[in-house]
Amino acid sequence: MSAATALRVEDASARPRDAGLAITLRGLSKTFEGGAPVIRGLDLHVPAGQFVAVVGRSGCGKSTLLRLILGLEEPSAGRVTVNGGAGAGKGAGSSKKIMFQEPRLLPWARVADNVAVGLGREIGRAERRIRALAVLDEVGLAEKAGNWPATLSGGQRQRVALARALVSRPALLALDEPLGALDALTRIEMQAMIERIWEDQGFTAILVTHDVSEAVAMADRILVVEEGAIALDVAVDVPRPRRRGDPALAELEGRILDRLLGRSA
Amino acid sequence: MADSAAIRSLPGRANRAEAAAPLPRKPLHVPLRLPLRLPIGRLLPWLLPSLVIVGWQAAASFGLVSTRFMPAPLDVAAAGWRLAQTGELWENLWVSFARAASGFLIGGGIGLFFGLANGLSNLSEKLTDTTLQMVRNVPHLSLIPLVILWFGIDEGAKLFLVALGVFFPIYANTLHGIRSVDPQLIEMGRVYGMNRRELFWRVVLPGALPSIFVGIRYALGIMWLTLIVAETISANSGLGYMAMQAREFMLVDVVVLAILIYAALGKLADSLTRALERTCLAWNPAYRNT
Repeated sequence: MSAATALRVEDASARPRDAGLAITLRGLSKTFEGGAPVIRGLDLHVPAGQFVAVVGRSGCGKSTLLRLILGLEEPSAGRVTVNGGAGAGKGAGSSKKIMFQEPRLLPWARVADNVAVGLGREIGRAERRIRALAVLDEVGLAEKAGNWPATLSGGQRQRVALARALVSRPALLALDEPLGALDALTRIEMQAMIERIWEDQGFTAILVTHDVSEAVAMADRILVVEEGAIALDVAVDVPRPRRRGDPALAELEGRILDRLLGRSA
Repeated sequence: MADSAAIRSLPGRANRAEAAAPLPRKPLHVPLRLPLRLPIGRLLPWLLPSLVIVGWQAAASFGLVSTRFMPAPLDVAAAGWRLAQTGELWENLWVSFARAASGFLIGGGIGLFFGLANGLSNLSEKLTDTTLQMVRNVPHLSLIPLVILWFGIDEGAKLFLVALGVFFPIYANTLHGIRSVDPQLIEMGRVYGMNRRELFWRVVLPGALPSIFVGIRYALGIMWLTLIVAETISANSGLGYMAMQAREFMLVDVVVLAILIYAALGKLADSLTRALERTCLAWNPAYRNT
């Protein structure tokens, strides 16, 4: 049994479904200096372990919303409360991780060392290496552990970035349009990979994307953000694994696109 | 999950891993194919210089050129051998090298310090950058008369000049390197919990290193130039002094020897830096093939 499978089996039995963080936003507002409000009086509750997709046009405030939830920005008004569910992982520092639109790998560190960046300081070197290799195995890049990032393709680099975000077993994973720069087929494979790992580990996932079909394929719940407020909040009741081309998904996608595009007409 | 499996079974896409791997690089030039078994590619660059030297020696031997003005290569080699035997060559070589190295370390060290300080701290930059830029506009070699007045013609004068010449390229390139570290990487580091010390050692300094090496290469050139001029004008030891003395006594072959040694030392310093670059910057595809 490989190291990764061993890790997964042991954790599946120990990890309840609500191992993620629950998020509550009350009256959240954010205005940047000299501009109009980017987020206006937003109220939201995300239960632990849910996969939420946030869609909207460029500039509608979805990335800002993500950064406010993660604590990267201070709200101008309102509150962000993030707390653990019944089985949340320990270690406040490692609880929230983000995956950016660009891979943002350190070019001067090998792949395994880049993944280890996600582990923080407390862990010893040997343990760090073991965990990094285990999670690289999960994303299918175990044989590239000793490579320089410059030798990898775009999709492979994003997979390393995903491994870096996951290596510390976060309770909340934020994904800020992570697959936008990839070709369509790699994107579909990565979506399947993220979904599989989410099902295994049970963290809360928030995916910001402008691709409605991606949102519909991956999420439990879709929020449409328009001008800083939530315009639509729909649940995706289609069971997993989901097939593209499923009529229920297509209908939902159509509904959301109508809402997104109809507004500007 | 169902989609992945479907993709993998598409015709013509049997192995996605292969498809995702980067293409191997093709060499830009066509390799030579000659019937001889000699390593022609390696020898060709040396053909022209060899012809020049042989021609030069022939011209001198047959009396076509007066050896008063241009010594024959064999004479230069003989002079080199003679000086090596008496130990004069090694002594002067060591003195010149020590001067160059100390001046480089002092000037480079100060340049590196200010480059890092001004790159990392806005306050430091506001306080010192303009002054340093003003100092740079004074060509350091023009200060020689002043330096002789202050320091005399002993070691201090030469060290000061070399340090001054070396300072600015290293300062400017270090500053530029620090300032142009990818801000996205810094944000990533912060978000992933790196403190200021870790950010500096793991993100900022390695990111600035290519620029710092550019500064070092440039500063090495200035170091040699400054050393040669300083030794020619005011010295009582070193290669420049050896060349000046030879000129007094019309020993042209020693003069040419000194020039060749300077050139060789310059090349050596550059090669050492290149080797260092290749080790420290191995991650950068641009440096892989130098």
